[in-house]
Amino acid sequence: MSARGGGRPRHVLAAACVFLVLVQAAPGAEIPLEARRSGYEFMSRATRAMQDDDATNPGVFWLLDGEALWNRKTGATGRACADCHGDARASMKGVAARHPAWDAARRRPVDLEQRINACRTERQKAAPLEYESRDLLALTAYIARQSRGMPITIAFNERMKPFLNAGRATFTRRQGQLNLACSQCHDDHWGRKLAGNAIPQAHPTGYPLYRLEWQGIGSLQRRLRNCMIGIRAEPYSYGAQEFVELELYLMWRARGMKLETPAVRP
Amino acid sequence: MTSRRDFLVTAGNLAGGLVLASAAGAARATPAAMQEAIRKVVGSAQIRRGRVKLEVAPLIDNGNVVPLAVAVESPMTPADHVKAIHVFAEKNPLPNVLSIYLGARAGRARVVTRIRLADTQTVTAIAELSDGSFWTETADVVVTLSACLEEVV
Amino acid sequence: MARAVVKLPSTIRRGEVIEIRTLVQHTMETGFRRTQFGEVIPRNIVRSFVCAYNGEEVFRAELHPAIAANPLLTFTTMAIDSGTITFTWTGDNGFSVTESATIVVV
Repeated sequence: MSARGGGRPRHVLAAACVFLVLVQAAPGAEIPLEARRSGYEFMSRATRAMQDDDATNPGVFWLLDGEALWNRKTGATGRACADCHGDARASMKGVAARHPAWDAARRRPVDLEQRINACRTERQKAAPLEYESRDLLALTAYIARQSRGMPITIAFNERMKPFLNAGRATFTRRQGQLNLACSQCHDDHWGRKLAGNAIPQAHPTGYPLYRLEWQGIGSLQRRLRNCMIGIRAEPYSYGAQEFVELELYLMWRARGMKLETPAVRP
Repeated sequence: MTSRRDFLVTAGNLAGGLVLASAAGAARATPAAMQEAIRKVVGSAQIRRGRVKLEVAPLIDNGNVVPLAVAVESPMTPADHVKAIHVFAEKNPLPNVLSIYLGARAGRARVVTRIRLADTQTVTAIAELSDGSFWTETADVVVTLSACLEEVV
Repeated sequence: MARAVVKLPSTIRRGEVIEIRTLVQHTMETGFRRTQFGEVIPRNIVRSFVCAYNGEEVFRAELHPAIAANPLLTFTTMAIDSGTITFTWTGDNGFSVTESATIVVV
C-alpha cells in the first residue's frame, strides 16, 4: 500500500525461483520437530516489538470489534455468541489451537471460519459472514486470541488422515507457472532470502494476523492466496476444500508450537 | 519508469470487495521539494547536527510500517525546551512525514510512531528549540519488499 | 466500532513524566495508489492529533500520508494535576475521533 518507485529488478523473484527450480534439491524432508521456528523469529526486533505490545499491536482494533460482535445479538434467534458460550476468555480457550477440527455433521474437517459460520447459520439463524470481511476477521481474531500461548493440537486419527494427506500433497506438489511446491521454499530453503526477505518455515502460528504488507488483519487463506499468486498459480477460492486441507496439514505440521494470535508479520 | 507493481487483470475471486491497488506512476519527491519542505520549517536559520537521536532499524522488514522514534536532548524547562520536531523522507512521494509540537510540559522530547518509506533512503529529523536554534540528525534505512503479494509483479 | 486506543498510567506522582501511547484506526490512504482499473484512490488521512490536559494543549502532531495505517503516536507529558486528558484526531472527509482518560495525580 505504500507508494513505491522502482529501484529493484522487476524479475528478481522470477530469477530466484528459476534458480530454485534448476537446483535439484534433495526431495523435501519435513523440518525436524526441534528445528521448527515461528515466523516471529525471522522478523526484525522492531516488528517483533509491534506484536509483543498488546496496547499498540495494530491488530487490537479487530480484537475490540470481535469482542463487540461476540456480545451482539443477531439472526432470527436474536442470540449473541455470548448467550450460548458465555465469556469467550473461558469457553474459547484452546478452540483455535485445535482447528481445523472434525465436523461430525459434515464428515470432514472445518476451519475456525467455517465453524463460526456454521454456528451463525445453524444456531443463530443469521447470514454467514463473508470470507475476509471485517466482521469475520474480527470474530475469528477475537476467538483465536483466547488460545494465545497454547500449543497447537491437531488430532491425528484415521478419519482425519485422508484430509491431512491431501493437504500434504498440496504442500509438496509443484504448481503454477514457476512450477514450485510450497515445500521447496518452506521445507528446503527456509532461512534463506527471497527478494530481500527471509523465507520463514510457514507455520500458521498467529492467524488471523496483521500483515504489514496489507496494513490490516487477514486470514491464513488470504496469505496462502498471496503465496499462490507469487508462484503464478491460480489461487484457490476462499473456503475451498483444498485450503481447509492445506490449513489442516500446516497446523498439524506446526503441532506443539504456540499460537500467537494476533501476530504481526511483514 | 515502470513501477514495481503492475495492475492485476481481474482473475479469480476477489472476496470481500478487496481492491487491488498499485502505485504505478507514483511520483518521488525531488531533492528540490525536500529542500523546500525543510526551508518552510527552518527559514534561513542555520541547522546544526547533533542533539537529535533518530531510532530506526537500518534494515526494514516492510516499508509500509516502519517503527521510528525521535528524541532530542533537552532539559524541557520553560526557558529551554524543544518546540517542534519535524521528520522528512527524501525518496517518498512527499518529503514531509510528521511534525510534532511540544513545550516544557512534555517532560521529555520524544515521539514514537510508525511511518511509510517508499524505498531505501535517508530519513531526516529536524528539531526546533525554544531559543530559535535548529538541530538535525539523519538515518540511512534499507527497505526490503515482500516477495509474495496479491498482485502479479 | 473501536476507533482509538489510549494507554497511560492512571495514578501518578505529581511532577512525574508519563508516557502516553495512542493508536487510532485509520487506513491512511495516501492518494498515490490506483485501483486495478487505473483510477486514483483519493487521499484520506488523519491530518491532526491534539492532546489536551485539563483543557490545555500539551502535544500536537501534524500527520502526512507517510504515517503508516492505524497511526501510532507515543509521547510524554508531565503529571501536573488530576483531571481529564483528551485526545482528538481529525482528518479528511470530516474524520473526527475523541478519546478521554481520567488521571489521578497524588
